Amino acid sequence: MTIREKQAALVDEFAFFDDWMDKYNHIIEMGKSLQPLSDQDKQEDLLVQGCQSKVWLKAEKQGDAVKFWADADAIIAKGIVAMLIDVFDEQPAAEIAQAELGFIEEIGLKDHLSPTRANGLMSMIKQMKIYALAFA
Amino acid sequence: MAYDIDYIRSQFPILDQQVHGRPLVYLDNAATAQKPKAVVDAISHYYYNDNANVHRGVHTLSQRATDAMEAVRDQVREHIGARESAEIIFTRGITDSINTVAFGMGALIKPHQNVVITALEHHSNIVPWQMLCERTGATLRYIPINEKGELVVHSLEEIIDEHTAMVAFNHISNSLGTINPVSTILARAKAVGAWTLVDGAQSGPHAKVDVQEWDVDFFTLASHKMYGPTGLGVLYGKRERLEALPPYQGGGEMIATVTLEKSTYAEIPHKFEAGTPHIEGVIGFGAALKFMNSIGIEAIAQHEAELLTYATESLSSIEGFRIIGTADHKASVLSFLVDGTHPYDLGVLLDQQGIAVRTGQHCTQPIMDQFCIAGTARASFAMYNTKEEIDLFKAALERAVNMLR
Repeated sequence: MTIREKQAALVDEFAFFDDWMDKYNHIIEMGKSLQPLSDQDKQEDLLVQGCQSKVWLKAEKQGDAVKFWADADAIIAKGIVAMLIDVFDEQPAAEIAQAELGFIEEIGLKDHLSPTRANGLMSMIKQMKIYALAFA
Repeated sequence: MAYDIDYIRSQFPILDQQVHGRPLVYLDNAATAQKPKAVVDAISHYYYNDNANVHRGVHTLSQRATDAMEAVRDQVREHIGARESAEIIFTRGITDSINTVAFGMGALIKPHQNVVITALEHHSNIVPWQMLCERTGATLRYIPINEKGELVVHSLEEIIDEHTAMVAFNHISNSLGTINPVSTILARAKAVGAWTLVDGAQSGPHAKVDVQEWDVDFFTLASHKMYGPTGLGVLYGKRERLEALPPYQGGGEMIATVTLEKSTYAEIPHKFEAGTPHIEGVIGFGAALKFMNSIGIEAIAQHEAELLTYATESLSSIEGFRIIGTADHKASVLSFLVDGTHPYDLGVLLDQQGIAVRTGQHCTQPIMDQFCIAGTARASFAMYNTKEEIDLFKAALERAVNMLR
């Protein structure tokens, strides 16, 4: 699936829930099922700057594509980074760098995050794109 | 007279609303309290009828605005038991009040002297003193806390010594709710001749303070935590201390004479009130004090104590619920963690259910470091909160915890 198709699939998934508590529950479940980073990997240099909770993001170049891993100390932040990984993981670096992420607004997530948390989300996206740019 | 909670709630229109489709339960009062109609009305009345700059015009509106502002100064004097209204300085807030004292002391303190604060302070009562010590070479010392979040007072004699220039501490901790033994600390400070400052950020809305009874040199209040407008604080200082202290900011209103070479300063309180003051804030604060006193601070404190006891007992039945700060003497703050959950996640899921709590370090990073935690969730109560709201809070917290574990 392309980045665009991945986003559309996520929007469909979230459209299934009417209540925001259920949408949050889904984000939490995504966070719980994201494979955790080892304690060894949870280093200062992998921390995403600008997040209120601690979010670690690791990336590796695999041919033209980028492989991502992430973890967070708060589960909602982990769920959000899991959504981003779902969209970006193993996609071509050049496309990640240029991608527009419409799904965040379509799901309504941006309006439901406090400004500090929305900034955290933007920081995660920025960090993933920086990795992709470096690998492209 | 019975505590008329329905009347009180009716005075705070903001409480009557839905957040994310649920009734708002506002439990972030230690950050800022909501404002009663009387405060908003006083501000509107001022702008509709009396607005003018103060202390300089001879015209009627300026006189009215000046009289209104000075009447509040006297109201504050009476509220905290100061000798004279000239000892009441209006500032931008507690941060500004403490900076005013810490900056002024830069000219008075010697490098071999020390400043004593506690490990229980808000950043606003840490950083100005750190800056003072960096500027002057003086040393900053801390009174430590125990595992319950209480100050370890048996160490006072060692920490506060004949080289101590200032002892500054809060009356009530904003992040743990601990009520500190003010008289014990002040007695030791006075025994060595140190100046003293008590930060009343959290006691203003919950406790009656008499600065003469305490015999404290400086005391601070924040209007917005006492149901008044934001952007206004109070610095009380004994006349002789305020006269000894150089002014913090220069400008209009704070001068006696200005020539291009040299200026002389006005008498207190104006020496410390450079620029056009927050007139509407002062007037709103006067209305807030009047409103608080009409309910009665003792009655409010008792109501809040009942809420704290009820909440502490009720929430403790949640598995893994852990209170951070279990001092014997506490005021209306419940800082907590729930095992297996992160406070940020609790904050988001509580908000989705209409419950407003604070999450994070509460501007008290050293306390969080001491407890080896990243932060807490904090519920704090005010005069308008109810047991029914605590029941809603508990149900919402249980739902959040179930989702997160």
